Amino acid sequence: MTSTDTTSSNTTTMSSDISLLDPGHKAAGLTATNVACWFGTKKVLEGVNLDMAPGQVTALIGPSGCGKSTFLRTLNRMHELVPSATLAGEILIDGVDIYRGAIPVTDVRRRIGMVFQKPNPFPAMTVAENVLAGLKLSGLKTTRSERDDLIESCLSKAGLWNEVKNRLGDPGRALSGGQQQRLCIARSLAVSPQVLLMDEPCSALDPTSTRRIEQTISEISETITVVIVTHNMQQAQRVSHRCAFFLAAENEPGRIIEEGPTKDIFTNPRDSRTNDYVNGRFG
Amino acid sequence: MSVIGQSTSPDLAGDSSPEHVVDPVVRRSGVDRIFRGVASGSGILTFILMGLIGGFLLLKGYDALKVAGWGFLTDSEWAPDQGGKFGIAAILPFTVQIAVVALFIAVPVALSTALFITEYAPRKLRRVLTAMIDLLAAVPSLIYGLWGLFYLQPRLITLSKWMADHMGWVPFFHVDDQYGTSLGIFPSSTFVSGVIVSLMVIPICTAVMREVFSQAPPGEREGAMALGGTRWGVVRDVILPFGRGGIIGGSMLGLGRALGETIAVTLIISPAFTAKWSILDQGSNSIAALIALKFSESSTFGISALMAAGLALFIITLLVNAAASTVVSKSRSGASTEI
Repeated sequence: MTSTDTTSSNTTTMSSDISLLDPGHKAAGLTATNVACWFGTKKVLEGVNLDMAPGQVTALIGPSGCGKSTFLRTLNRMHELVPSATLAGEILIDGVDIYRGAIPVTDVRRRIGMVFQKPNPFPAMTVAENVLAGLKLSGLKTTRSERDDLIESCLSKAGLWNEVKNRLGDPGRALSGGQQQRLCIARSLAVSPQVLLMDEPCSALDPTSTRRIEQTISEISETITVVIVTHNMQQAQRVSHRCAFFLAAENEPGRIIEEGPTKDIFTNPRDSRTNDYVNGRFG
Repeated sequence: MSVIGQSTSPDLAGDSSPEHVVDPVVRRSGVDRIFRGVASGSGILTFILMGLIGGFLLLKGYDALKVAGWGFLTDSEWAPDQGGKFGIAAILPFTVQIAVVALFIAVPVALSTALFITEYAPRKLRRVLTAMIDLLAAVPSLIYGLWGLFYLQPRLITLSKWMADHMGWVPFFHVDDQYGTSLGIFPSSTFVSGVIVSLMVIPICTAVMREVFSQAPPGEREGAMALGGTRWGVVRDVILPFGRGGIIGGSMLGLGRALGETIAVTLIISPAFTAKWSILDQGSNSIAALIALKFSESSTFGISALMAAGLALFIITLLVNAAASTVVSKSRSGASTEI
């Protein structure tokens, strides 16, 4: 295995290393500066500045349609997959711009993983193949024992190993919804991301599965920066270190109203709209 | 926070013995009944049509089949009106050869075209290409045949000659001619007609495959992209497994057209009645072309023999399609799972 990229002093590991097994793997910080987004001519997000510190969990909260998910998708260049979607501003991972060609887009997405609202394991693959899918998709070669180690460690981190260790050959779709979502988390972990984006990962799940996933989040956040969109205020309080409250006035693009340590946002918000939202008075 | 009132469900546990099981009565409205009638009528019509066509061919071909017996499968010549033998031992292999040549070219081209349109082409080009493919699929085969005859055939024989000269060690490309490989022996071959048939098969295959690929679940596609998947990775691990049924289905539709293609093959080939491996030199045949060529000059008995040949083509097509649908239903295709 070759390591070639040492451009930035902050970039600790080359993305093509399987660095989950490598103790040198470190979470990366994300910085969004003045981000604005459009779908066609409709501006949906404006002037977003947010610092997502390494090894911290940042929760994005706000009512539906305020641009949280859109913002999340700009963070690993999924936004541009939507036809007619455009973007302005700057997003840096450990100081390196992800949009202006310094890092290939496939590397951006490998370093900044994503878990979706609806569990989406690959139906044509087994549980084990699903975990390894990212390696295969990006053409990384691994040895048999590396793969076995990776399957076990990723499924363990996602809190799924004990439930599926005897069912690794079953199709991914044979698992329950909560297990599928944890499988998707394991799948994301297998490519050793430095950041993991989660778009309402528990909204389709039962309370037990939700608790398991929250546990997973707090475990992985030591080595992986987590950014999570959630509609569940309790969840935001339980898992996040910092919170950003998004809001869009009628016919206006979404903005960050307030951002800060989770405790402050919930107990001592500066803005009255934040106070109203976190106390369930609208949205 | 508002408290949402929940109606408590009545206790159903007490009444669960089999004699209390409810047989649900469905009462359909008038509109529903009419629609149901029309829809099931159309469905049944499909079966009736199949049966009628098969039965008709069997009935009309029966006289000839009775005379020929098993010889119909083993004899190569075709002389029912001269009191001679007749059988499909040569024309059936020729038919299959032409179809195989056509699919051998059409399937890879159609697959790549469909993938290009759905995965790689810019949005505007995608729309134009889709429309053009659909248009090409609608062009009558006679047009392809004429173009093939006057434009493509004279140009293709150079390729035929090159293949015969340089790849003659492959049995299919081996040409055994006493005059050597002069250009004159290549024009009316299985290969040339297969290539021209492939031209009319490509748009149909492409249209079917493109439609299926475009319906690959966005969730899985995005999941693959979000893992850092390359475009080819996404195609290989999401699009192709999902589209497997469509690839096979599209190919079968193409095969059906290739097996039955009449006019282009009739224009190109010089009829031959001796089966051979070689596809490059002249002399080929197909059941459809045979029927077209002989129909007007045959007696009642000759027509009966042609009907029997038609029946053979009908059965082959059914078998191939049945085999394909078995493959499709057994494949663990993503198309069968919910999105």
